[in-house]
Amino acid sequence: MIDIFLVAIKAILVNKVRSLLTMLGVIIGVGSVVLLTSIGTGLQAYVEDQFAALGTDTIYVVPGTPFGEGGGFGGSTSMIESTKPILKKEYLKDILRDNRDVVKDGVLMAIAINKAKYGNNEKKISILGTTNNYETVYNTKAEKGTWFTKSNNEKKDQVAVLGPKVAEEFFGEVDPVGKNLKIGSKSYKVVGVLEEKGGGFGGPSFDNYVYLPLETMYEDLDVQYIDNFTLEAKEGVEIKTAIKAVEKTLLKDLDKDEFTVVDQTKLLETIQGILGMFTIGLGGISAISLVVGGIGIMNIMLVSVTERTREIGLRKALGATPSTILTQFLIEAALLSLIGGIIGLVIAYLGSLAIQPFFPARVTMNAVLTAFGVSTVVGLFFGAAPAKKAASLSPIEALRYE
Amino acid sequence: MLLEIKNVAKHYQIGNNTIKALNNVNLEIEEGEFLAIMGPSGSGKSTFLQVASMLAQPSAGKIKLKGRDVTEYNEVERSKLRNQEIGFIFQQFNLLPRTSALDNVALPLLYAKVSRSERDRRAKAMLEKVGLGDRLSNTPAQLSGGQQQRVAIARALVNEPSIIFADEPAGNLDSKSGNEIKQFLIELNKEGKTIIMVTHEPDDAQIAKRLIIFKDGEVIDDSKITTEKQIEQKTKSVASEVIKKKRK
Repeated sequence: MIDIFLVAIKAILVNKVRSLLTMLGVIIGVGSVVLLTSIGTGLQAYVEDQFAALGTDTIYVVPGTPFGEGGGFGGSTSMIESTKPILKKEYLKDILRDNRDVVKDGVLMAIAINKAKYGNNEKKISILGTTNNYETVYNTKAEKGTWFTKSNNEKKDQVAVLGPKVAEEFFGEVDPVGKNLKIGSKSYKVVGVLEEKGGGFGGPSFDNYVYLPLETMYEDLDVQYIDNFTLEAKEGVEIKTAIKAVEKTLLKDLDKDEFTVVDQTKLLETIQGILGMFTIGLGGISAISLVVGGIGIMNIMLVSVTERTREIGLRKALGATPSTILTQFLIEAALLSLIGGIIGLVIAYLGSLAIQPFFPARVTMNAVLTAFGVSTVVGLFFGAAPAKKAASLSPIEALRYE
Repeated sequence: MLLEIKNVAKHYQIGNNTIKALNNVNLEIEEGEFLAIMGPSGSGKSTFLQVASMLAQPSAGKIKLKGRDVTEYNEVERSKLRNQEIGFIFQQFNLLPRTSALDNVALPLLYAKVSRSERDRRAKAMLEKVGLGDRLSNTPAQLSGGQQQRVAIARALVNEPSIIFADEPAGNLDSKSGNEIKQFLIELNKEGKTIIMVTHEPDDAQIAKRLIIFKDGEVIDDSKITTEKQIEQKTKSVASEVIKKKRK
């Protein structure tokens, strides 16, 4: 067996250029599968990191059932409908009052989009109306200046806290604290700029928001709804227990399908589910090129069998059995494919390093092992027909072949 | 009795026509014989070689090798039999390209599942025997025609087969190299090797001890008896030709 193996390796080495061309399809196939799945897994890991940064004791109350039953899409209420005023400020008060043993604090959040202007710079921005305790619940500190205060909210003061990206977009090098940013028709005094947090996958990042006191926003921007409550569970409290308790309180005022209480595991699961499908999809598309690569191997191996008819005839005359010849050509095809797979893997790895500054690509051990396995199987599968052809050649015919 | 061929026939079906390549061939070959097989093209001599060397199965009749009936052997059994009992020398040499002389000679041992070191040892010994001990790592492209055929002879001998089949062994060589090869065959036969050689050159056939002539798929002449003196004469005539050529 080892000897047949060596014979196969020799056959590959003797024809280096042809071997390389044969491998090309597999190189591209494995390379693209690994690279694209590395992008997918990289995204998943990135999202996971972002969620971890938000803290694990956070619970969200959102209107409708956007996550559906199984954690996927297909809930009864769409995101657009969720902007209808279902959640009310009073519910949060109820939650905090009734669940003091499990819920530490909670903030109201409403999101709106409006135009903002500073100097000649005017563009659309996302505005997040909230309360001053957002600072502690979301663990988001002001890097410059301070958060707005409870009294800012109660008095509907025209003050704003900026996400770092917004601050840079409008003010550039200038320190925004103390300056006035025009939102809609009114002017707001910037009291703070937040530290950079990243995240906000699938929508604007937390860094891209302008934060206004909720009451101010209600008054000035004609907003009446609540998008969500973000609750902070008490330390040491099982998150599921907290969710159950919050649900119980809310059911007094709302129907079961009018709201959803989730922690970020659920959110994470949903997003990971989508990204997982995305990764599989990318892998599947690039797997087509792997099949094409396999067909390339089959083609060249068939040509190679014809070309080496005399050699095969000679080997048979000298005592090689059909199964020996079959094994030799199968090993040759599998090796070609495997070597192609390794080269493809190296290229994909280098490619993932190259795009890492722009994209969180990550080549996993799983992808590596799959690449090895799949390329070997591709070689064996597409090498079968040529190997069978070689094995069934008659030695007499083969020796006579010119 | 080394090889016994009894009422052997080989028929090919081409379309609706049956081609009778061999008809009722009977031959008994003893150990140590040297046969020359002659006949016009289409006479069946090549088919006889294929059937007798276990490359092809006869359509009828019996073949016994060392008393064993091998007629009904399947492909795998015949592969093993060829590997152990038969040595081949082809007109086209049929060496593996881009493969060293040593590896070419060792090829039958590979299929006999002999260990690598033993293969190399025996192949090296055989190449030394045919005078190519200094060309072990040369590939066929780096060797002359005569040298390539000597590598092929070494390959035919390396498994210590009971019969050597040679198909026009000198047919592709200039007369000097051809004579060298013939000289080799004579020496081998002297050492006791059984050789069956197909040729169409009467000059080549002279080196054998027994002449079989085929026509239309049948043996039409089998001149068995050759005196030692005649053989010596034949040997000398080839040898003197070699000397003559060397002087040129």
